[in-house]
Amino acid sequence: MSKKQKRMLGRILAGAALFVACMLLPLTGWARLLAFLAPYGVVGWDVLWRAVRNIAHGQVFDENFLMALATVGALAIGEYPEAVFVMLFYQVGEWFQSYAVDQSRKSITALMDIRPDYANIEGPDGGLEQVDPEDVAVGDVIVIKAGERIPLDGVVLEGSSTVDTAALTGESLPRQVERGDDVISGCVNLSGLLKVQVTKAFEESTVAKILDLVENSAGKKAKAEHFITRFARYYTPVVVLAAVALALLPPLFTAIEWVDSIQRALNFLVVSCPCALVISVPLSFFGGIGGASRDGILVKGGNYLEVLARTEVVVFDKTGTLTRGVFNVTAIHPDHCDEGQLLELAALAECWSDHPISRSLKEAYGREIDSSRVSSVEEVAGRGVKAVVDGHTICAGNDKLMEDIGVSWHPCHRVGTTVHVASDGVYLGHIVISDEVKPDAKEAVAALKAAGVRRTVMLTGDAQAVGEDVARRLGLDEVHAQLLPADKVARVEELLQQVSPKGALAFVGDGINDAPVLSRADIGIAMGGLGSDAAIEAADVVLMDDKPSKIARAIRIARRTLSIVRQNIVFALAVKLLVLILSAAGLVSMWAAVFADVGVSVIAILNAMRALRAGK
Amino acid sequence: MKKRFKLQDLDCANCAAKMEEAIKRLDGVNDASVSFMAQKLTLDADDDRFDEILQEAVKVCRRVEPDCTILVK
Repeated sequence: MSKKQKRMLGRILAGAALFVACMLLPLTGWARLLAFLAPYGVVGWDVLWRAVRNIAHGQVFDENFLMALATVGALAIGEYPEAVFVMLFYQVGEWFQSYAVDQSRKSITALMDIRPDYANIEGPDGGLEQVDPEDVAVGDVIVIKAGERIPLDGVVLEGSSTVDTAALTGESLPRQVERGDDVISGCVNLSGLLKVQVTKAFEESTVAKILDLVENSAGKKAKAEHFITRFARYYTPVVVLAAVALALLPPLFTAIEWVDSIQRALNFLVVSCPCALVISVPLSFFGGIGGASRDGILVKGGNYLEVLARTEVVVFDKTGTLTRGVFNVTAIHPDHCDEGQLLELAALAECWSDHPISRSLKEAYGREIDSSRVSSVEEVAGRGVKAVVDGHTICAGNDKLMEDIGVSWHPCHRVGTTVHVASDGVYLGHIVISDEVKPDAKEAVAALKAAGVRRTVMLTGDAQAVGEDVARRLGLDEVHAQLLPADKVARVEELLQQVSPKGALAFVGDGINDAPVLSRADIGIAMGGLGSDAAIEAADVVLMDDKPSKIARAIRIARRTLSIVRQNIVFALAVKLLVLILSAAGLVSMWAAVFADVGVSVIAILNAMRALRAGK
Repeated sequence: MKKRFKLQDLDCANCAAKMEEAIKRLDGVNDASVSFMAQKLTLDADDDRFDEILQEAVKVCRRVEPDCTILVK
C-alpha cells in the first residue's frame, strides 16, 4: 500500500465510523444535516474539490463531477444517509481500484525484474569492484558469482556453471554453460564462478532490449482501448443531458413529484460512471502481455494481441524456425572404405574451412585434427575443397565438384546436403548433412491446427526435396522452396490476399532476410534467442526460447485476453444499462445505483486480473 | 524524435485517455500515447521544437489532471 492509499483508507474508516454514529443519533432537521456533513466532508472533500477545480479547467463531465452532483443533490432533497453512503462507497471503490491496479502493475514489473544492478570487474589487485553495467565496454572481462544475475551478454572465458534462463524464456530447466559458451544477460548464474568477456554494450545487450520492448508495449494500444476512450468521450455528456431531462420533463408532463424525479436523475448519474470500462480494458491487455512475457513470449502491444487472436494462416520460415539451424551429419555412406575413414578424410580435407558444413564434419569426427597431415588446400567456391591428405589428393564437395574432376558419383536417397568424397580420382562415398527439426516443431504445427489455424505454410530458400521432406514430417499444409528473400515477400503477399477479411496472417522467422516479411505480415513473430536483431526489431511478437510451440500458446493467451476484455465490456454495459433503465423508471434506490457503479468496477477489475494468468 | 517520460500519480484511466487526446492535438506533435498501466507518456514530436512542445504537454497535463505530473528528466 502506498502512503496515499493508507491515508485514503484512514479517511474511509473515519468517515464510516462517523456515518454509523450519525445513523444512531436521534437527530432531526438542521442538526441532522450538520451531523451528516461531518462524515460527508471527511470522505468526500477531495471529490468536491476536484469537481470544482476541473470545471475551472474546462473539464466538466468527469466522475468527480457526477459524484459531487449526485451527492449534493441527495443532500438537497434531504436524503442525508444516502448522500454519505454513496460518497463512502465511491471512495471504497476508488481505493480498491488503485490498490488492484498497483498490485497488477507490481506483479508485472516483478516478472520483468531482470535489470541487473551492477557488474563485477576485477581490479588490478585482484579484488572485485562493482560498476554500473552501462559503464562496461565490449571486451572487458566481468566476474559473475553464484546467485548473481548476468549483467551483460558475453562469452565464458573461465569456469563452468548452470544458468537459470527462466526470466527470459520461461524455461524452467537450467542450462549448462562452460568455457567458450555464450551467456545472455538477464539469466541468473546458479552454481559456479564465471569469468565472462563482454561481447555487447549494455544498450545492445539482451536485457536492455527486452526491457525496452516491454516498456514500449504499453504504448501501442488495442482497438478496444481506443473504442473505450472514444466511447467515454460521448457517453458522459449524453448521460448528463439525459439526467437533466429525467429531472425536468416528468414533473412537467406527468403527476410525478419534483423530489422523485430529481432523485431518479441522481441515481441515473451515479450508475452512469464509465470507470469500470475505462479501467478494466487496459488492465486486461496489460495483464495479457504480462502473462505472455512470463512464458517467454514478448508481445509488443495490445493491438498485436487482437490480431494474434484472429490468426488464420501461419507462415513459417524453415531454417532456425522449424529447424534448429545447426547442421549435423545424419548419414555416412562409404563405397570402398569404412565409415570412420570416410568421415576422417572429409574432416581433414575441410579442416581449414569455417563453412557450417565443414564445422559439422569436424564436429562429427570429434577428435583432434592433425593438420600436419593436410597440405595444398584449395577451396573451390560453390563446389567444395581439394586437398592433399597423407599424400593422396582428396576432393570433398558437391556433385558439381565430382563432375569437374570426372569422378562418377551416385545420388543419395537421404534428404539433405550431400558431400561426396573422392581420393585420387576414385569415388569413396558420401556423407549427408542436414539440419535437425526442432523437437517441438511437429507438436507446434498440431497445436496450431487444434487452435483453429486453417493453413500452415513453409517458405524456404532450401532445395525442394529438403523442404518437402520437412513439411511432410511436420504435417504442414504447403511448402514453397528455393525462394530468394524477395520471393518470400511476394509469396506472403499472395497468401495475404487469400486470408478472409476477419482472419490474419502470421509470419514466423528468425533471420535478417526475414525482416521485410515480418513487417509485411499482419503479425510478425521472431525467434528471439537465435534471431537477428533486425528480425526482433521488425517483429510484433518475440519468442524468447525459439520454440515454435509457443506460437499456439501465444494465440491462446491472446484469445483469452480478448474474451476477458469482451466479457468486461458486455457485462459492464449490460448491468449499467439495466440499472439506468430501472433508475429512470424510479425502481432502484441510490444504494443499488452505487453498487451498479462501484460493484461493477470491482468485478471488472478482478476479471481483468485473470488475464495475468492467461494461457495457464 | 520520440521520447518516453514517467508520469507520477496518474490515478485515473479516463484522465489518461483525456491527456493523450489533448497532447495529440498540440501543434508539432506527431503522436502521443499515455499508458495508464505503465504510467508513461510516449511523445513523438518535431525535433527542433521538442522542448517547447514538452513544456506545453506539461501544461496540458496540469490542466486535465492536476494531480498528475510529467517527470521531465
